[in-house]
Amino acid sequence: MKPFDYVRPATVAEAVAAAAQPGATYLAAGTNLLDLMKGGVSRPDRLVDLTHLEGLDAIERLADGGLRIGALVSNADLAHDPEFAKSYPVVAEALLSGASAQLRNAATVGGNLLQRTRCAYFYDTASRCNKRDAGSGCDARGGENRTHAVLGWSENCIATHPSDFCVPLVALGAIVEIEGKNGRREIALDELHRLPGDTPERDSALEHGDLIVAVRLPPAARGFAAHARYLKVRERTSYAFAMVSAAAALRIENGKISEARLALGGVAAKPWRARAAEDVLRGVAPTADVFQEAAWRALTDAKPSGDNAFKIALARRIVVRALTLAAAGTPARMPALPASPFASTSGAIHA
Amino acid sequence: MPELNLTSAPAHLRHGSNIGQPLTRRDGILKVRGQATYAADNHPPGMLFAVMAVSSIARGRVTSLDVTAAKCHPGVVDVMTPDHKPPLAIDPEIKTNPFVFRMEVLQSNEVRYANQPIAVVIAETLEVATEGAVLLAPRYETLPALVGLDAGESFVPPVVGVGNPTENHRGDVEAGLALAEKHIEAVYETPPQYHNAMEPHAIVAAWDGDSLQLDMPTQGLMLSLARVAELFGIAHDKIHIRSPFLGGGFGSKGFMAGPQVLGVMAAKLVRKPVKLVLRREQMYGPVGHRAPTRQRLRIGTDGEGRLTALDHHARTVSSTFDDFYEPAADASRTLYAAPAIRTSHDAVRVNTGTPLFMRAPGEATGSIALESAIDEMAWACGIDPLAFRLKNYAEVEPMTGKPFSSKALRACYEQGAARFGWSKRSLQPRRMRDDSGLLVGWGMGTATFPALMFQAEARAAIRRDGRGAMEIGAHDMGQGAWTALAQIAADAVGLDIDRVEFKAGTSDLPDAGIAGGSAHTATAGAAIHSAGAAVIAKLADLATGDERSPLFGAGNAGVIARDGRLIRRDDESRSESYAEILARAGVAEVEARGTGAPNPAAMEEYAMHAHGAVFAEVKVDPELGQIRVTRMVGAFAAGRIVNPHLVKSQLFGGMIWGMSFALHEEAITDRRSGRIMNANLGEYHIPVNADVPPLDVITVEEHDPHVNALGIKGVGEIGITGSAGAVANAVWHATGVRVRRFPIRIEELLK
Ligand SMILES: Cc1cc2nc3c(=O)[nH]c(=O)nc-3n(C[C@H](O)[C@H](O)[C@H](O)COP(=O)(O)OP(=O)(O)OC[C@H]3O[C@@H](n4cnc5c(N)ncnc54)[C@H](O)[C@@H]3O)c2cc1C
Ligand code: SF4
Repeated sequence: MKPFDYVRPATVAEAVAAAAQPGATYLAAGTNLLDLMKGGVSRPDRLVDLTHLEGLDAIERLADGGLRIGALVSNADLAHDPEFAKSYPVVAEALLSGASAQLRNAATVGGNLLQRTRCAYFYDTASRCNKRDAGSGCDARGGENRTHAVLGWSENCIATHPSDFCVPLVALGAIVEIEGKNGRREIALDELHRLPGDTPERDSALEHGDLIVAVRLPPAARGFAAHARYLKVRERTSYAFAMVSAAAALRIENGKISEARLALGGVAAKPWRARAAEDVLRGVAPTADVFQEAAWRALTDAKPSGDNAFKIALARRIVVRALTLAAAGTPARMPALPASPFASTSGAIHA
Repeated sequence: MPELNLTSAPAHLRHGSNIGQPLTRRDGILKVRGQATYAADNHPPGMLFAVMAVSSIARGRVTSLDVTAAKCHPGVVDVMTPDHKPPLAIDPEIKTNPFVFRMEVLQSNEVRYANQPIAVVIAETLEVATEGAVLLAPRYETLPALVGLDAGESFVPPVVGVGNPTENHRGDVEAGLALAEKHIEAVYETPPQYHNAMEPHAIVAAWDGDSLQLDMPTQGLMLSLARVAELFGIAHDKIHIRSPFLGGGFGSKGFMAGPQVLGVMAAKLVRKPVKLVLRREQMYGPVGHRAPTRQRLRIGTDGEGRLTALDHHARTVSSTFDDFYEPAADASRTLYAAPAIRTSHDAVRVNTGTPLFMRAPGEATGSIALESAIDEMAWACGIDPLAFRLKNYAEVEPMTGKPFSSKALRACYEQGAARFGWSKRSLQPRRMRDDSGLLVGWGMGTATFPALMFQAEARAAIRRDGRGAMEIGAHDMGQGAWTALAQIAADAVGLDIDRVEFKAGTSDLPDAGIAGGSAHTATAGAAIHSAGAAVIAKLADLATGDERSPLFGAGNAGVIARDGRLIRRDDESRSESYAEILARAGVAEVEARGTGAPNPAAMEEYAMHAHGAVFAEVKVDPELGQIRVTRMVGAFAAGRIVNPHLVKSQLFGGMIWGMSFALHEEAITDRRSGRIMNANLGEYHIPVNADVPPLDVITVEEHDPHVNALGIKGVGEIGITGSAGAVANAVWHATGVRVRRFPIRIEELLK
């Protein structure tokens, strides 16, 4: 392995200072970063270990009704926090559908947001990859790309962002708190991940040395708890990334959808908030026809980037199903197979 | 305790006190506590670490390696390259026997496949060696890679599998098809798959002058030893290999692999012990794999649904430099009674490591195609798939006309179907749903695997303290040899299992043959059985020939051995303990050897196969295409069951692998570069716990007096066959969509 410095700051300020130098990278649980280092994909000169920072591991209810989740809270602790799971069931379900129990025990909130794509050509240092090595080309184009993006991709990169957690977060309008060399700022999660355009080497809107300190859910996010589901189609029941996933959250009042939130995973370089589809759903009764219409809207701009046209059809069906499940109501208990089509706890799907 | 009736068992042995018991693994506690020493757990003093640099191209030549950069890295001791390596005694390209495969041990700078070793960095730590390998920054002259089943001119290989004829036929297939009332033709594809044993190939090599100590996992201690001896030009007795435990092998550890030879070379180069362990991705190249296949089946039936012809052709691939041909079509030689059968193969050469035996080689690939095709044929005839199979039940081996040494397949069908509830199946596909609207499908497949025997030797002893010993260089790959063979040994010497010192897993013990072909328990067991019989006979000679013994005059066959005593057959009140016999004779121990080997006369006369029937239930989401196996029942007849507990584990493992074959496993190869893009266990999918449904295994009683002295057929591989087809057929039954490319992908069900 390439030699590197390892520093373990105790405070956020120390961490940001330690990460200022070129070649420095933050290390959280390392479930992604260490794999990248072992494969020679990332070759940092300095690791700034975040795991001993004070005060980043809390889940706090805010006075305004919002929630603040520290960047070091583990995926498992968050998903299993009873209050969190009750208020944001769609996020808990997404978390529990990701990776494996062992990985979730380790993986952090911040790391999950900033995990890199799973594009095989990105991981394979002998392949050309614009994301890993700017301007080198993209071997995924014309290669084995049935799992690649159908939305928001460019000629330069067709990779997807693999996080499950981010999908409901973006649907619920999460906000990311960032500490950088110029102090604290915050951005919508929807603006954190970038579409590739001409610069696929830049995954996110973060500047070098920016530290995510927390993710915040605004007060309104709580309003969807009764009708919110995450659905993830994957090639095995657990321990697999989404082929396509969707988070659907509805506020239903007097038989009508007063507000809808919808986002897709596995389809683009960012968690894909489908605002046009949300518009279709607002103010109407939750019917199969409306859900179909929303699904079409969500994927109007989709186009295959390779052998993956099926993902568009699949995404539409997943949207319809996720909305149907959400409308049927959040189950009282977390399904045994979270987010799986086989998790269905009622016979309502095919009435 | 049941008395077991053995045909060729000497009359004085009574079996059943140990064999047949569901003992848990005797090495289980060690493993759970982390005390079982696997090869890579060894750290001889002064040991260095070797890491391979492997090729990132699939075809061409290495033009430069930055050896200087690697050597300058602090802690790097040496870099082994084609220009700097210890000489070998023979050219590794020479195939000294058919079981020698060509390997890359830095004999040239040619690259023949991706992940081929191109240099070895030896360093004081693993991390340093790893970075040293990166610093080599190889450059290449790249040639276009040959990739896939259509890569080039096809040819007909001289043999497939282990010396099987490429083509077989009986009757006139074309005439049979012409005559058929109904017929189907279908093409199935199976992908390349990799063994992916949990334990990677590893070696710790320590030279002492011209003596060599090796710790390495191997399924063939003696084959490995012979290969090392010839490559390094040293005598067999100078080499000692320890392989007490394997973390799985599945065929990939049968022969000395190139990387393991590199470990021995590295130790020689630096004159220190060296450890070399493959990284997971390095296992996708130099250590074998299951080749992809494209199989065309043509089947015809008469008006009653009886087969008139069965034609099975398989295209496969081998490497550009050696020959191993997945004998996929051979699956059709033994299972269904067609008057006309043809099996044939052809192949193309591609830039891959040479394919190799992988759990049920040929049978697994062939079975999923054959069982799918039989299912398609049954549907075309409008007959229930089980009824169709029974209609075409082979009473004699179809291709040879030989009777079976035993065949309890009918009982497997019956018991499996009853347990599964098969009679409630709808004939039509896409007719069954569960309460939540998911499509439900039921499928079945017939399982079969040949009952093979190799050659083995064992040494048995009875000691003055009344205890016994059994020595055999057998291999425990996780299947439970430490337990099952010890059970056979205990019965063989008439002692309780705890009173027999059972030694296995090192090369200084008698040759147990290779642990492959599902034949290890049968082969090693037969050797143990015969060594036990021989040592008991010697002991009996001591007693029955001595007038001071209560057994005097009973004659060798007039005594039985039980619980550490020899007992007069005609008068059980007269007996003497082993200790007493040896004490009086003034002998410290009696010792004898025994062998296990195939019986050519029986093989000439009988077809020998294990059989089974697997039933699977899947549920499929009608819109999303996601598949889930919800139930599997397998009923298997495999002769004598030495340890029901271990046998069930083997069959469970096989059934899960079958489901993996149908739904998950595939090495994704870049169509341009020939490189494998998912060479890791995150992305090379095998079922996880959440995928595996309740499995039900029935072992059907089967008595086989012909296969070997103990009537054992072997259970290591049969579980995959039948299971893969059963799952595929269940997917069709659930959805009405016949997917002929495996693994079945979601997109095929979305159409
Ligand atoms: C086999 C496997 C399967 C998986 N399956 C899934 C899945 O199905 N769904 C899914 O969503 N995920 C999956 N994952 C990914 C997993 O969720 C991520 O690896 C994990 O969330 C990363 O968290 P971490 O704390 O280990 O991050 P690390 O690996 O430590 O860091 C990841 C990146 O984030 C940066 N970083 C970390 N924290 C901060 C911070 N606070 N501020 C700024 N930068 C930071 C690091 O510098 C690094 O670049 C899988 C992973 C593996 C290995
Ligand atoms: S899709 Fe993006 S990540 Fe993948 S190879 Fe192309 S540029 Fe790299």
